[in-house]
Amino acid sequence: MAENKTENSLSQRLLSAAGQVGLPTLIIAAFWLLTLLGGFAVGISMQALVSDTIKRAGMNGILVLAMVPAIQSGTGPNFALPIGIVCGLFAMVCAIEAGAVGFGWLALSFLICVPLAAAAGYGYGKLMNAVKGSEMTIATYTGFSVVALMCLAWLTLPFKNPKMGWFIGKGLRETIQLDAVGAAQILNKILEFRIGDVIIPTGLLLTFAFFCILTQIFFRSKTGIAISAGGINPKFARAAGIDIDRNRILANIISTILGAAGIIVYSQSFGYAQLYTAPLMMAFPAVAAVLIGGATASRAKVSHVVIGVILFQGLLTTALPVANVVFAGTDLSEIMRMIIQNGIILYALTQVKGDAK
Amino acid sequence: MEEPLLCFRNISKSYYGNKVLTNINFDVKKGEIHALIGENGAGKSTLMNILFGMPVIHSTGGFDGEILIDGQKADIRSPHAAMQAGIGMVHQEFMLIPQYTIAENIKLNRETTSPNIISKFLGKRLETVDTAKMNADARRALDTLDMDIEAYTTVAGLPVGHLEFIEIAREIDKSDIKILVFDEPTAVLTESEAQHLLAAIKRLAGMGIGIIFISHRLDEIVSVADRVTILRDGELVATKDIEQTNAAEIASMMIGRKVSIERNSETKRNISGETELLVEGLHVAMPGERVRGVSFEVKKGEIVGIGGLAGQGKLGIANGIMGTYPSKGHVVFHGKELKLNDPLAAVSSGLAFVSEDRKGAGLLLSESIELNIAFTAMQTRGMFMTKVLGMGFRNDSAIRKHALGMIKELDIRCESPQQRAGSLSGGNQQKVCVARALTLEPTFLFVSEPTRGIDIGAKKLILDLLLKLNEELGMTIVMTSSELAELRSICDRIIIICEGNIGGVLPPDASDAEFGLMMSGSREKRAERSCA
Repeated sequence: MAENKTENSLSQRLLSAAGQVGLPTLIIAAFWLLTLLGGFAVGISMQALVSDTIKRAGMNGILVLAMVPAIQSGTGPNFALPIGIVCGLFAMVCAIEAGAVGFGWLALSFLICVPLAAAAGYGYGKLMNAVKGSEMTIATYTGFSVVALMCLAWLTLPFKNPKMGWFIGKGLRETIQLDAVGAAQILNKILEFRIGDVIIPTGLLLTFAFFCILTQIFFRSKTGIAISAGGINPKFARAAGIDIDRNRILANIISTILGAAGIIVYSQSFGYAQLYTAPLMMAFPAVAAVLIGGATASRAKVSHVVIGVILFQGLLTTALPVANVVFAGTDLSEIMRMIIQNGIILYALTQVKGDAK
Repeated sequence: MEEPLLCFRNISKSYYGNKVLTNINFDVKKGEIHALIGENGAGKSTLMNILFGMPVIHSTGGFDGEILIDGQKADIRSPHAAMQAGIGMVHQEFMLIPQYTIAENIKLNRETTSPNIISKFLGKRLETVDTAKMNADARRALDTLDMDIEAYTTVAGLPVGHLEFIEIAREIDKSDIKILVFDEPTAVLTESEAQHLLAAIKRLAGMGIGIIFISHRLDEIVSVADRVTILRDGELVATKDIEQTNAAEIASMMIGRKVSIERNSETKRNISGETELLVEGLHVAMPGERVRGVSFEVKKGEIVGIGGLAGQGKLGIANGIMGTYPSKGHVVFHGKELKLNDPLAAVSSGLAFVSEDRKGAGLLLSESIELNIAFTAMQTRGMFMTKVLGMGFRNDSAIRKHALGMIKELDIRCESPQQRAGSLSGGNQQKVCVARALTLEPTFLFVSEPTRGIDIGAKKLILDLLLKLNEELGMTIVMTSSELAELRSICDRIIIICEGNIGGVLPPDASDAEFGLMMSGSREKRAERSCA
């Protein structure tokens, strides 16, 4: 009897611990571990996997971070992340057009993207306030529409710099090599070092950390606390005299700016700026990552971003080579990515109602 | 003696160990109008839910006792069974499809049909609807009610009075209806529509249908019912023939508490003649608690109670002044016109509000106690903030210090100030709400339903706390509550709200009958009219 009881309390404790970490986080973590073991078994270099994971987590991190303000303000995950992304892309293209190279290019890109993204985020925030209750659906299609609109812009805007144009005809190329402006991996290479074969892109990680800390600090400010409260309980916030609509707009401006900054960091690490339809689906991995990290569609913390982006990108980088070896000749890894990414988003969205209580 | 149509025998019901009905016994005779009256929470709805076999009863362990229909024990386990047993209900909210005609609404899912070629192969559900016959049936039902409206009119756009009658027509069109329940049927009707309805109810009773008439309008009950049963706190107080009683007696039976009201009169109160808050023509669009132009004033140092039955608008007043629901009118606070529909202006002016919606507008359930206490002061006064580069950041140590002080002062039982507010008991949550209001250092406090969902011991603590704030800090308090006893225990005077207006103002030691009559809206002129 007594034994039974202690066992009960142990399993209860385990359950409550699991409840705190969150089911999706646990499942994905277990799955990642499994693929890592599988990778080890088939003889894939662990050090290469770890390097890749760190790099990809760092380059995606700020895009995932962009989810936090939007979720905290109560508009839900920012499915319209492509708005921020095209602002970032546009800034990069302008910086190239201006003839900037290296760190100058990077600085100019950041400088241009902020006012652009702020303006776009303001409009998007207004839209979100007009469609309260169906933010997530509207956001998704807003993102899609903006990407389509920008496809026209990439083709027709009178950019002259030959580094970005097609070899024949007008318009910008689909992928612009950042090598051409001396900016490929420019952040990654700051203080980069190796531990064995594991490459640590110090600059990239520091940039991600910088944005994380900035976000963290913001949510300790008066405005940040007001935004969070408005997201958790609009009635409560209104009773305290908070202008919720204004805060939602502000949160979406910040989210859009983070999206723009995020794509710049992403592109320099990737080495290419991808235009046209490339940003179309970029919101989904970011949403999935923050949810895997333990966020819900109504609550997110910076810690969720860090955990989520490492787990999600870790799983992807590991699963790809492992699946290629195990199921040679198939494209199973991409299918797996879709299942995990969309499955997690679906799971999180089904939890929204229960959470609101 | 004639066999009663419907008998309740020893009906008891408890929800999760909370007894809500105890040994209810009464019966309804054929052709009788039997009124059922009681305050909110007296058990009327639960009793009707039992009669209709609502799932909420059976999913919480059923009930004790039995229901007899025509002397036979009836086992009503679902609303469908209730319908088959001949029990009908006229709902408070109309369940009609606006785009359908009156006849279609009356006959919904009971359409008269005739076979056609397709239905011969694919079954009865595809038979042709016999519109002419349906219209004729609907006509008959409408005639019974003395309604001269065409059965083929669509429901959309008809006045509420008509909707009520269509609901009734639907019930009486069902064959062998024996018992008809009216739940607050006149609540949404105008005076003349209500008279018309009461006449129709009498006519239905004349046809031999047993009628249970639930209402809080005493004058209506006196004018239409044959007998009245009064419920209070889940117990049956009395069943009386209407000839042998009167509105005042019913009212006092409805209100009367077994618990005596403790009131400590030897307090060193300090009420000045100065008017602190002046409200003129306040209208508040709070759903379910609409306020339709109230005017009153509150003197500095007073404790004013706002009472009344649920849905009459008492809760709307504080919410309207504090800007949480749209309002219009004039509010003058400390001699200055208060900007309405602006919560920030209200909070900044020195008013504070402990909302009746504790888990909604009252608390951030998932956040810490200390943040809950400090939040409004942080946002509206910039308290507990450190300035860094012109931006305010939360000052954790100041918040902690203040929260610990409040926890001690108000005796909030918790493990630590970082505990989630949602994990506290109701009474302690309420104290957190009060603590947040006090953090604003208000001179004037609105408190709505401060003891709702709180156990008896904690209730007393909250009321004592309010009294202490008034006595020691001279804080003016306006307390809104559904519990009259509570209002009478600490208030200097009690404003009774009825149908969105002020029904009257009573001293706390007024009699039960006076309170009952006023809450039921039986003002003299109405009583006179129903006598005439």
